[in-house]
Amino acid sequence: MKTLLSIHSLTKAFGGLVAVHGVSFNVKAGTIMGLIGPNGAGKTTVFNLITGNYKPDSGEIIFDNKNIKALPPNRIVSLGIARTFQSIRLFPGMTVLENALAGRHCRMKAGLWSSLFRLPGQRNEEKRAIKRALEELAFVGISHQHANLAKNLSYGNQRLLEIARALCSDPRLLILDEPAGGMNDQETEQLIDLIRAIRNRGISVLLIEHDMGLVMEVCEQLIVLEYGELIAQGSPAEIKSNPQVIEAYLGVEDDD
Amino acid sequence: MIALDQLKSTRNRKAYFALIGGIIALLAVCPLFLNNYWLLALNNIGLYSILALSLNIVLGQTGLFNMGHTAFYAVGAYTAAILNTNLDIPVLWLLPVSGLLAAVAALLVAWPVIRLRGDYLLIVTIALVEILCITLDNDIFGLTGGTNGIYGIDRPILFGIKIYKEWQFFYLIWGFLGITVILFSLLEKSRFGRALNYIKQDETAAEGSGISTASYKMMAFTFAAFWAGMAGTLFAAKMTTVSTGSFTFAESAMLFAIVILGGAGSIRGVLLATFVLIGLQTAFSDLKSFRLLVFGAAMVMMMLLRPQGILPPKPHRYKVDRYMSDLPEPAFSPKEQTTREVKGI
Repeated sequence: MKTLLSIHSLTKAFGGLVAVHGVSFNVKAGTIMGLIGPNGAGKTTVFNLITGNYKPDSGEIIFDNKNIKALPPNRIVSLGIARTFQSIRLFPGMTVLENALAGRHCRMKAGLWSSLFRLPGQRNEEKRAIKRALEELAFVGISHQHANLAKNLSYGNQRLLEIARALCSDPRLLILDEPAGGMNDQETEQLIDLIRAIRNRGISVLLIEHDMGLVMEVCEQLIVLEYGELIAQGSPAEIKSNPQVIEAYLGVEDDD
Repeated sequence: MIALDQLKSTRNRKAYFALIGGIIALLAVCPLFLNNYWLLALNNIGLYSILALSLNIVLGQTGLFNMGHTAFYAVGAYTAAILNTNLDIPVLWLLPVSGLLAAVAALLVAWPVIRLRGDYLLIVTIALVEILCITLDNDIFGLTGGTNGIYGIDRPILFGIKIYKEWQFFYLIWGFLGITVILFSLLEKSRFGRALNYIKQDETAAEGSGISTASYKMMAFTFAAFWAGMAGTLFAAKMTTVSTGSFTFAESAMLFAIVILGGAGSIRGVLLATFVLIGLQTAFSDLKSFRLLVFGAAMVMMMLLRPQGILPPKPHRYKVDRYMSDLPEPAFSPKEQTTREVKGI
């Protein structure tokens, strides 16, 4: 299978704290990959490096044969990497539809003047974007909420809206930062179906998650980080039986 | 219940359109029965409305703190004054020229500072007004006429009619305001307008959703300056004289207050606040020293009782009905509430 995202010895330090140290891995096209590790292992930092929110101190990030390490976040989105945030970041005072339309922005062209004078091209583009945004909202199951303000959605639906917004940008890689955070069991079950459906559309998924049930069920490949370093990589079954991983999560077994 | 809500909202909408129509009709005929004093006040309100609406794009919609907006108004007014008095170019032809010059000024100022946090931008824009006024007062290049300013600007000519009476200016200014309101309303509900709103609501999320926040901030700032520059031309044409007294920091702060009190990002709110605040200013002009007292008290009351402004922006409505019928099914089936087996390491 083709490699979509390739990360080579990525390093990032904040002052004296090395958050990510020499991490390398590949994400193959069409897979669901999980990034796990104890709190503070550097998982979100890796995500922020990929999406351009942080600049790496060293290392390369190659997406689809293009080095994206020096690009700003919005350029990376338009190249095809969309993300959701660990702490939900929607546009709270805007409608659900407008939140989804934000993801569509990078695929639209209307500028200041065509918006100001509502030229025909702008109108058509706007209609297509609204249709697409509604389709993505329906895909995650919240299209009936389109006119509500984002801040009035339930927590689980806010997470779904973030995913819909990301999908609107036609991503080839979707990065989910703790998508099940704050979801109940039923919502988590639905999320598993949703993540599979996203992959079935040909979009690769890279996710951070603490819900091991979800991770083991949905991910095909796992990467384990501890103290900013990659300690294991493999299928869920391999990871489950990896002594180093068990140690990282549970500590060393005592005799009694 | 839903039907009732719909009925109510249709009735509300009808009442709303009737109100708007009534106001427009009233404005259209008011020169027939208002004397020059009131027309002057209305013209003042009209000019301020154009300015406040342009500031609203930066401050209200994008959330950028700009307390130096009159600087661009001044650039527009002085450009029109200088080019008209020196080169005899008809003053209304200078609308786009003054706008462009104001936009260039904005571009130069904003370039280094637009990425800064809000409070830094605020300080820079305040300094901008002060520096500009001092520069103009010093008769730079012998063009700006020093503290006396520039006088003898031609009356504007529109469709062969020389505009010089107060009621003629009323139609010119309020016509321009009408166009401004229509265009800005269209802008608000477009890709461009939404991008500005995303930035205001959450800049990191906007950037992470694919919006180039820095360039949109620049565009908003520059475009607002362009519009303020055009308003400056109208001002110069109406007064036939310009001097720095009209573009002080106090005027800038007033505009800032109008946008915040009206409801940042709300066109109706900004229009209403201009009407009330500039109206108050005119009504209390006999009691000049008390004016600021009333103004200050109004500010304090507003901040305590209604910090979101008089008429905060309403959520935008989009036409979606035609798409709702054939949307895809959700990616997951609705499930019964079950307890999930805890799997894992």
